[in-house]
Amino acid sequence: MNPEQILFILFGAVALIGAIAVISFRHPIYSALSLIVTFFAQAGLFVLLGAHFVAAAQVIVYAGAIMVLFLFVIMLLNLGTLSVKGMMSGKLKGLAIILGILFAAEGIYIAVNALNDTAVASAEPTTAAVTTTTYDIGELLFSKYLLPFEVTSLILLAALIGVIVLVKREGQEEN
Amino acid sequence: MENMPLLVLILSSVVKILIIVHMLIIGVMVMIWAERRVSGWMQDRLGPNRVGPQGLLQPIADGLKFMFKEDLIPNHVDKPLYVLAPAMLLVPALVTVAVVPFGSSITLFGYEIPLHIADINIGILYILAITSLGVYGVVLGAWASNNKYSLLGGLRSSAQMISYELTLGLGIIGILMLTGNTLSLRTIAIEQGAYPWQWNFLIHFPAFLAFTTAMYAETNRLPFDLAEAEQELVAGYHTEYSSMKFAMFFMAEYMNMIVGSAVTVTLFLGGWHFFGLENVGGPVWSGLISFGIFFVKTAIFLFVFIWVRWTLPRFRYDQLMNFGWKFLLPVALTSIVVTGTLWIMTGSRLIVGIGNVVAAFIVVSIVAGLLVMNKAPEPAIQDDDSRFAPTALDAIE
Repeated sequence: MNPEQILFILFGAVALIGAIAVISFRHPIYSALSLIVTFFAQAGLFVLLGAHFVAAAQVIVYAGAIMVLFLFVIMLLNLGTLSVKGMMSGKLKGLAIILGILFAAEGIYIAVNALNDTAVASAEPTTAAVTTTTYDIGELLFSKYLLPFEVTSLILLAALIGVIVLVKREGQEEN
Repeated sequence: MENMPLLVLILSSVVKILIIVHMLIIGVMVMIWAERRVSGWMQDRLGPNRVGPQGLLQPIADGLKFMFKEDLIPNHVDKPLYVLAPAMLLVPALVTVAVVPFGSSITLFGYEIPLHIADINIGILYILAITSLGVYGVVLGAWASNNKYSLLGGLRSSAQMISYELTLGLGIIGILMLTGNTLSLRTIAIEQGAYPWQWNFLIHFPAFLAFTTAMYAETNRLPFDLAEAEQELVAGYHTEYSSMKFAMFFMAEYMNMIVGSAVTVTLFLGGWHFFGLENVGGPVWSGLISFGIFFVKTAIFLFVFIWVRWTLPRFRYDQLMNFGWKFLLPVALTSIVVTGTLWIMTGSRLIVGIGNVVAAFIVVSIVAGLLVMNKAPEPAIQDDDSRFAPTALDAIE
């Protein structure tokens, strides 16, 4: 095993354990923290792929900003431990079973396909992964993917305005 | 670096890491001493001067005291997170320093050793990512303490850090536009010349001010220390902490200051460059001198940190949010637009620098004008004074 494989297994294992912990912990704060661990391990996987920018963005956006807001809300609402029994009633249970079976089938399908596909199974991991720089990403964003980029920014702007409209009730003066 | 044998690479990296981490820890101790002595000097008193010459050994005495104090874990806390929180604040402070270049390079035994621990292509993003994790230490410590003052401090701090992180990130973009096609801190430092007017802080003056202010807020220093406002919140998020756990919070704050200053020096103040001291005294000495220049610049910046702390009073919470969102953020955003436009149009750093200052002035005037115009009229004072409970004074009247 080369160092990259060891690191891949390490990050992958941490990501999986974190993901399992998210749904295993009773307390929402611990779940949120486990999710952060998973995000972090995913950032490590991105680094292994040579996508340094995506790794940094992952940590900044998800671990650094969104999850802080999650924690913020959990703390402000002072959510206690959740009981699974109360949530698992009737329709939800049926839905969970169906989705679970679908997810398992999907996983098995991918695993079997990957094992049969000799190209994937025998492929040597590329040791010299091509490192994408921020420069490359910027150039692509402003040439090939200009339209999706602008549309995304418009969607975000719409969301921003929506929030302000929702928060600012009618007739309320700014202080 | 590529033509270096692996053994030399590992060995030099380990040595560099050891030196830098120890310098950080010793730097924290010196900073604590300096803070107390400088504050004493500013307030016309002596400060600690008993232990060692000029009180220099006072931090060691303090550290010993912390170690021998009882490490109290209150019964009502959430124990795993309570223990974890100080480490979650200290570790980001320590690992940020990895990408900061603290000198040019030293040639030893025929190998050119660059003076940084890691020069990665996304250097600045790495710093932003890691500093954004620092907030967890504060928030979790606050929540795990299960104390209302702690929780209020933690909530304040997280809101503050998220608000000012935006300015922190936006303030750097102007620099990135004028620096080659990389985010590496080393390249940014190299591309700034030896003379002060070539440094980024003059070209991006408004962004420099916004970035520095945001950094003060990120380190929870006065005038932004609402997370631990003593008069309102006892000691804020670390109220329930004692012994070394409290010391870790304390160390993290000072470490953040040191690393923040080092980053600012690299980004805005020319890194290790200073005119007249380039390439003095051969390959070994020039490296050490460049390290010395970087050290002195960082030290000056740290002194400003202390200076500001003992000069400015604390912001009120609404002032903090207004200042961050209505002044700093627009200034940082304008700086991006102006820098980009003028750079494409003229390609002159001088014009970009002047344009930035003018634009920032205009934006601040507009915002201030809008705030004055939209100010709600003061609520009329009610005649019956029902807002106030009857006091002893009323009885006398």
